[in-house]
Amino acid sequence: MTDRPLTRYIQPGHEPLDIDGYERAGGYRAMRQAIAMGPEAIIEAVGRAKLRGRGGAGFPTGRKWEGVPKSGAAPQRRYLIVNADEMEPGSFKDRLLLEAAPHLMIEGVIIGAFAAQAEIAYIFVRGEYVLAIRRLVRAVAEAAAHGYLGNDILGSGFSLTIHVHGSGGRYICGEASALFSALEGHRAVPRSRPPRSTTSGLWGRPSLVNNVETLCCVPSIVERGADWFLGLSRSATEGGTKLYGVSGRVKRPGLWELPVGTPLIEILEEHAGGMREGYEWRAAMPGGASTAFIMPENFDVAMDFDSVGKAGSWLGTGNIMVLDQKRCPVGMLHNIEQFFARESCGWCTPCRDGLPWVERILAAIEAGEGEPADLDLLAHHTELLGPGGTFCDLAPGAMAPLRSGLKFFRAEFEQHISERCCPWHDTAEGWA
Amino acid sequence: MTNFIVDGRVLTAKAGENLLQACLGAGLDLPYFCWHPALGSVGACRQCAVRQYDGVEDTTGRLVMACMTPIAEGARFSITDPATAAFRAGIIEWLMVNHPHDCPVCEEGGECHLQDMTVMTGHAYRRYRFTKRTHRNQDLGPFIKHEMNRCIACYRCVRFYRDYAGGRDLDVFGAHDHVYFGRHDDGTLESEFSGNLVEVCPTGVFTDKPFSAHYARKWDMRGAPSICAHCGVGCNTIANERAGQLRRVVNRYSNAVNGHFLCDRGRFGYGFVNASERVRVATVRGTDGERVEVEREAAVARFAEMLRGAAMVVGIGSPRASLESNFALRTLVGAAHFYPGVAAREAALLRLVADSLASGAVHVASLREAEHADAVLLLGSDLPNAAPRAALAVRQTVRAAGAAMAASARIPAWHDLAVRNFAGETRSPLFIATPAATRLDDIAQGQLRAAPVDIARLGFAVAARIDPTAPAVADLAPELDALAATIAQALLAAERPLVVSGVEAGEESVIRAAVNVAVALRGQGRNVGLMLNVPECNSLGLALMAEADDRSLETALAARAALVITLETDIGRCVPGARLDAALAGARLVVLDHSEGATTRRAELVLPAASFAEASGTLVNAEGRAQRFYPPIVTAGEGREAWRWLAAAGRAAGRTNFSGWDTEDNVLAEIARTVPRFAAVPDVAPPEGFRIKGLRIASEPHRFSGRTAMDAAHDIREPKPPVSADSPFSATMEGYQGKPPPALLPLLRAPGWNSNQSLHRFQAEIEGPLTGGDPGVRLLEVRDGAAPDWHTAIPEAFAPREDMWHAVMLPRVFGDEEQSARAAPIRARMTPAAIALNAADAARLGAAAGRVIACEIDGEIVLLPLEIRAELPRGVAGVSGLAAMAYALPSWIRIAAASEVAL
Repeated sequence: MTDRPLTRYIQPGHEPLDIDGYERAGGYRAMRQAIAMGPEAIIEAVGRAKLRGRGGAGFPTGRKWEGVPKSGAAPQRRYLIVNADEMEPGSFKDRLLLEAAPHLMIEGVIIGAFAAQAEIAYIFVRGEYVLAIRRLVRAVAEAAAHGYLGNDILGSGFSLTIHVHGSGGRYICGEASALFSALEGHRAVPRSRPPRSTTSGLWGRPSLVNNVETLCCVPSIVERGADWFLGLSRSATEGGTKLYGVSGRVKRPGLWELPVGTPLIEILEEHAGGMREGYEWRAAMPGGASTAFIMPENFDVAMDFDSVGKAGSWLGTGNIMVLDQKRCPVGMLHNIEQFFARESCGWCTPCRDGLPWVERILAAIEAGEGEPADLDLLAHHTELLGPGGTFCDLAPGAMAPLRSGLKFFRAEFEQHISERCCPWHDTAEGWA
Repeated sequence: MTNFIVDGRVLTAKAGENLLQACLGAGLDLPYFCWHPALGSVGACRQCAVRQYDGVEDTTGRLVMACMTPIAEGARFSITDPATAAFRAGIIEWLMVNHPHDCPVCEEGGECHLQDMTVMTGHAYRRYRFTKRTHRNQDLGPFIKHEMNRCIACYRCVRFYRDYAGGRDLDVFGAHDHVYFGRHDDGTLESEFSGNLVEVCPTGVFTDKPFSAHYARKWDMRGAPSICAHCGVGCNTIANERAGQLRRVVNRYSNAVNGHFLCDRGRFGYGFVNASERVRVATVRGTDGERVEVEREAAVARFAEMLRGAAMVVGIGSPRASLESNFALRTLVGAAHFYPGVAAREAALLRLVADSLASGAVHVASLREAEHADAVLLLGSDLPNAAPRAALAVRQTVRAAGAAMAASARIPAWHDLAVRNFAGETRSPLFIATPAATRLDDIAQGQLRAAPVDIARLGFAVAARIDPTAPAVADLAPELDALAATIAQALLAAERPLVVSGVEAGEESVIRAAVNVAVALRGQGRNVGLMLNVPECNSLGLALMAEADDRSLETALAARAALVITLETDIGRCVPGARLDAALAGARLVVLDHSEGATTRRAELVLPAASFAEASGTLVNAEGRAQRFYPPIVTAGEGREAWRWLAAAGRAAGRTNFSGWDTEDNVLAEIARTVPRFAAVPDVAPPEGFRIKGLRIASEPHRFSGRTAMDAAHDIREPKPPVSADSPFSATMEGYQGKPPPALLPLLRAPGWNSNQSLHRFQAEIEGPLTGGDPGVRLLEVRDGAAPDWHTAIPEAFAPREDMWHAVMLPRVFGDEEQSARAAPIRARMTPAAIALNAADAARLGAAAGRVIACEIDGEIVLLPLEIRAELPRGVAGVSGLAAMAYALPSWIRIAAASEVAL
């Protein structure tokens, strides 16, 4: 095995491996090993591997899995749900895994479901990921035909059915509890915790929700062990490799599997090739539209949850968006907040009525109709739309880039207001 | 009890309360929107934010929503913390972004929870300078006006309408700041609880459409604690008056009875009070047959003359008149000549209900107790149509199992959506056995569609399964036997089983079976409740007053009296005209009523009896709870309490037994002396002489405006306000404005709380009784000791006939009840009379839906359009909307498809 547990089965430019190809390349070996290990040993290994949730929250996966009630206690149906509703602006890592390594996904699901003793799994895929859905459906059928899904898998007594569900398409469906609501046929509105989803999740039953990338890490942990997985990482607090992506005016936008903790500057320079001719970076969002800007002086930050957190932002999805000097930061923020305002589910007041206000203020500023008090109003929103104030994390996430934008680009905001126009307005490359 | 600290004050919370409940219960001002005491917490509006500190060291704390926060012993919170207060003001500012600020023209103005909360948070200055979003409003039918622009998206409407009341046609659409609360298309809201949206909505999105037509501000209306007159449940209401007109009816919280909610019949059925067909003056029929208006004294003299001249006088009492008036009539004509104004069939059912409830063999459940049942058997009664508020209580019972499950997972009961999610499809058992589908079927675990006798047989079989000493049912069909076993098992497994039936079942055997089931459960040590519904607001009071014999309207008419006195009952409504004419031939007729009808048209003397809105009185609901109502209208017309007319006539006729009949308190004392069952009725509410600080209770808010100008177009002198001889209310804003005893609550309002959300200021604890106890007195309590006295008359199984159909009455929520059917908005919801058959029976008859069917009922030919109701049992015809023939049903009738030209 290589040191690329996530992308080892992926050959760029080729169709994904079918089940025979996947098995020839070493696939489904981990599944057999996992069944032999038993649930507790798997959970222990995942915990020791310091795998952290790759959906963006970074919650330790082992701890989450430990939270599922032991199957002996009160036997009831449990579910494993794969959150494949990748809709964070600027993020495209799960898409690669789903489209290019569907059997790795399924193997991860089987191991995760076995660990949680869940007999039903849903892969909740972003509706626009049509290709991913098609390939997953085919892969599920192949796995079932090989006896890796269905009743009494490989004589283990464990049974599993996987349903691939294409989302109706709202950003909020990626919020785990809103995902349950959506799967159940209700409005995609989040639910309040407690109770945790491991107590009362999908249809009120114990449910484990994991991101695509998280589960795709699991087969290699099972196969090679936690120590090996830890050794892949350049970070002390977190194991494994990670899919880092870069978008923006870099020379080579793309996605790479690199050790967790690879410094941001290294990703930007060595892998993305630095900025294109005539462009300079001004800032980067390390993990999607709901992470705060990191300024160039902090580009040496190691890209793991703890380090990026200490640098005032959050690793999020690890898919980096680079802002350059020819792009209006206010326009970029307006674009982002327009997205979040539109994607608010409408359940709680601050998000429902606060985000559209923020969006309109930013639109006004960008259109040269801003007023000096607008900056206070924006700051007011970044304060009130914080954790605890809103029902879920959508609005606090939406405020992270704005809060940092107000801090780092204050002069640009003021310039918009005092000059009554966008300083980038006549550059074709300004953010339209 | 849990001790906790808010801003340095040590407070106590009841176990299981959330922080919002505990703060409100402690009298603190903490604003909220999405929480509702009956609907629980969902944490959506974020208005009740407080700061929670972890331990004594913590000085920063964290923002939490009080409604979503359980209280641990010693927990420390702050409401007044400046950042937290600013957050709450920020919530209002966000809600105001799109709110239209149309308070001056909004019908919610002055009793708007949003106004109150806005003032409470201190938000006053608008910073939002962009365009507001606007919505298109919908026509939601005759009851509810829709103004979506005012919506603050608290989600209470859909949570009440769908989650609590089981409605399907109101929902939330769209997302982000464009969420829309309405129907998929314009159209009448289907739920019979739609009127509660008016009170559940914290602002003016859903308002009362009939009220809108004669609108007045809350502070400009006199209020009176009233009792709904439109079924036997006895919901507590507040009736509002201005300028002599009854303007609206709203809910008055009673923990034991209706809680926070009314049905639409009760809320919108009051129109008869203001209607033109009211009897306002006394009339005497002249020799030319014309009715001539007479003065009060002349009317009394005429009445006395008629009494003196008659060899035999029969009095026909009323299930919708007060105990006082019925008792006055009984006193006037003598108990031997006092009859209930109820057709024989219903009278027999009522007597059975009254005897069963009064026997003390089993506990009579209040609605609140019913709501907390954990297994229910509904036998023969279409409760959602007959007594909608009771059905709403039954609807809540199925949540018991899920709530228990959630509690075992330590999910608090108030955490509404979490409890619902966790419970999923888990429901406590509800079994429904009725001839036709009911609006509770969606939550029923088991259903039986059968003829009434088969429903009775099922009930008897259930009782025998529970207690083998109960009489067994011979030759029971195997599937019924299996169902009986399932039901018996479920009821026995429950801690608080409930058995429900009612007069609307139409068959004594059904009620007997229900009683057997309840008695059997009690015998097995279960904490069982029995609920037997009755049709009218005082049906049970009248039945409890009557002597135990077979009296009815028919026997009254058969007595061939020289003088017949009818009290607030339109006997012409339940006896076909020709038959009534024949029965009354040669008799003189005195009618006391508030509305014109078939009977007033035949009367020699018509006396205007006050309606519930102009008199006080005492009613006994189906629970056996005596409750007092008071008049919001104190000046209109010559009408007065029927008992005053009767007493005056009695005195004028030289009867000595009416001495002292000048106040209601005296009448009540006389009732208590004469009828042992009613010994407690004087305690139902404080006497007329009750004063607080020497003051009567003000019935008008102290902001009442226009008092001196209201009649200025006619007379610039302000009339002296009338003083009631019967109640401790003053007719004006003069008087005590503070918190009165619960039976005397004319208005819900507290400083800072102008809407009905001020309720918590009148409760000792949230969702508990009103401070001082729920109004009313239960007259019927269970007694220990007696061995079960089984009903043994088990009917034969139903056998369809080739030549006849077994016709049963299918109740309709709108139209069946006489008084509310006079209200225009109720009329707009009434469906035409019809006969229903299942498809096979219709085919046997050779008729399709809509075809006119000739029905021969009790010798009368009635033409009715045919409806197909697939669920009806073979050989059973469902008749609806035919009040005049209700007396003859259920019975075997002949039907035939009428010729094409028939209509």
